[in-house]
Amino acid sequence: MTDPNTLSPLDLDTLDKTYLDANELVINMGPQHPATHGVLRVILRLDGEKVLGLECVIGYLHRGVEKIAENRTYTMFNPYVDRMDYVAAVSNALGYCEAVEKLLSVEAPPRAQYIRVILTELNRIASHQLWLGTHALDIGAITPLFYTFRDREEILKIFEKYCGARLTTHAFRIGGLQYEAYDGFEKDVKAFCTFVKPKIDEYEELLTTNRIWLERTKGVGVISGKDCIALGVTGPVLRASGVKWDIRKAQPYANYKNFDFEIPTGQNGDTYDRYIVRMIEMRQSLRIIEQAVEGIPEGPIMAKVPKVMKPPVGEVYHSIEAPKGELGYFIVSDGSTQPYRVRVRPPSFINLQALDLMCRGQLVADVIAVIGTLDIVLGEVDR
Amino acid sequence: MVARLKQEYGSGITPLTHLGQNYMEVDRSLIPELLQRLRDDEQFNYCVDVTAVHYPKRENQFDVVWVLYSFERNERIRVKTQIADGESLASSVPIWAACNWLEREVYDMFGIKFNGHPDLKRILLPDGWKGHPLRKDYGILQQDNEWVQINLGIESGQ
Repeated sequence: MTDPNTLSPLDLDTLDKTYLDANELVINMGPQHPATHGVLRVILRLDGEKVLGLECVIGYLHRGVEKIAENRTYTMFNPYVDRMDYVAAVSNALGYCEAVEKLLSVEAPPRAQYIRVILTELNRIASHQLWLGTHALDIGAITPLFYTFRDREEILKIFEKYCGARLTTHAFRIGGLQYEAYDGFEKDVKAFCTFVKPKIDEYEELLTTNRIWLERTKGVGVISGKDCIALGVTGPVLRASGVKWDIRKAQPYANYKNFDFEIPTGQNGDTYDRYIVRMIEMRQSLRIIEQAVEGIPEGPIMAKVPKVMKPPVGEVYHSIEAPKGELGYFIVSDGSTQPYRVRVRPPSFINLQALDLMCRGQLVADVIAVIGTLDIVLGEVDR
Repeated sequence: MVARLKQEYGSGITPLTHLGQNYMEVDRSLIPELLQRLRDDEQFNYCVDVTAVHYPKRENQFDVVWVLYSFERNERIRVKTQIADGESLASSVPIWAACNWLEREVYDMFGIKFNGHPDLKRILLPDGWKGHPLRKDYGILQQDNEWVQINLGIESGQ
């Protein structure tokens, strides 16, 4: 296996020389391609069907989120974070709100923490469902897409009822929540849990022992735990390679330490293991939601935060376990109403870096499978 | 650990804690030696993030920040160093492969060069773009109009 530390960059200057001997071929994939999950461009260097190396060209969706942050107040920037990983907007907001709360040295009240955990875990399930549908579609299984989108709709309905938005929810505020849970929120969440459990079994029935699925995923895009750590890869990809690490357990934030759940791991670090890990994660998220919905305490939903926020001078790094991996915010305050610097550590961006290593020696068709299994969202890669 | 490093490097290191998070300000001459030490001897084997902050009024205009994590210790630490505009740092790609794209992003956004980086070029902005957007003197509405006109065939992207 190639060592990530000595992985040579795809040397495009030598291409015209090698191109002539007709063994190697350079193919451009994207940025407009249905299987790149957005606008990702990949330059592939091939020997027949075999991938010799690849280079990602990113930045097509760059909106300068970090620059925007420096020109907005802390509160005004809050909705912008939803637009990075737009399929897991709630997680983004949780990370940002908690980071600013840390700077302000306030803590959201318990009731807000519980509702936050429920919404975040619902969003994790929604994110994994979207991943499963599109990933299976890329590999050639169309049915899971319809199943997962049908069931994801139920989560989006809960979000819509709670805050009026389905995707870019802006569900949290710095210091807690703006909206109290609507009447029947708990009932809806419980009903969703009973509804979706057999549905997850249904997805597994379609794929887990499906021979075509096994052929397309077993042993494809293998990455070892050691290489994951060297490349900074986190989230389900890291866990599928056998490293039992989840920030919810390692450095608990919100009130995750109150809940009982397992961290699934795989052994082989291949596409199939990553699939299994995410399937178990969905079930574990349901477990957290069920515990949280039983225990929502009464009380205020907003901590005492000033209307005009001026965090004291200083800096903070806060990270959470987003559905894709470690999502970190590094915020520098100069004591004014606007952040001096906001750095987002996006999991998709850093996980995508491993694509080259995971695809070397594989077939062209497997590149699609590996892009899918990394679960990237280009809005977050490019910011 | 901090005491041990402090003893060895003396005034080159200032260990600090803010809001319960540990970080150290180090002299830029200690980079990358100190980072190598942190990975090899102190088990900080996961480089979470590399970023920079621009302070235009200071003599050494940039803070470069490494966020590190150790699985064995379950501990985070930030290493911070100051450099002036136009100066460069040694690349940490040989220490953590993860730094490859992260350093490219710092170069793209701030114009800080990393010596020995295998492929230092812009990552989010297109090649040939002028200016580094996350510097404080780069206005939020500013853009490379020339690039836009040549490559997109429109008068302005605004």
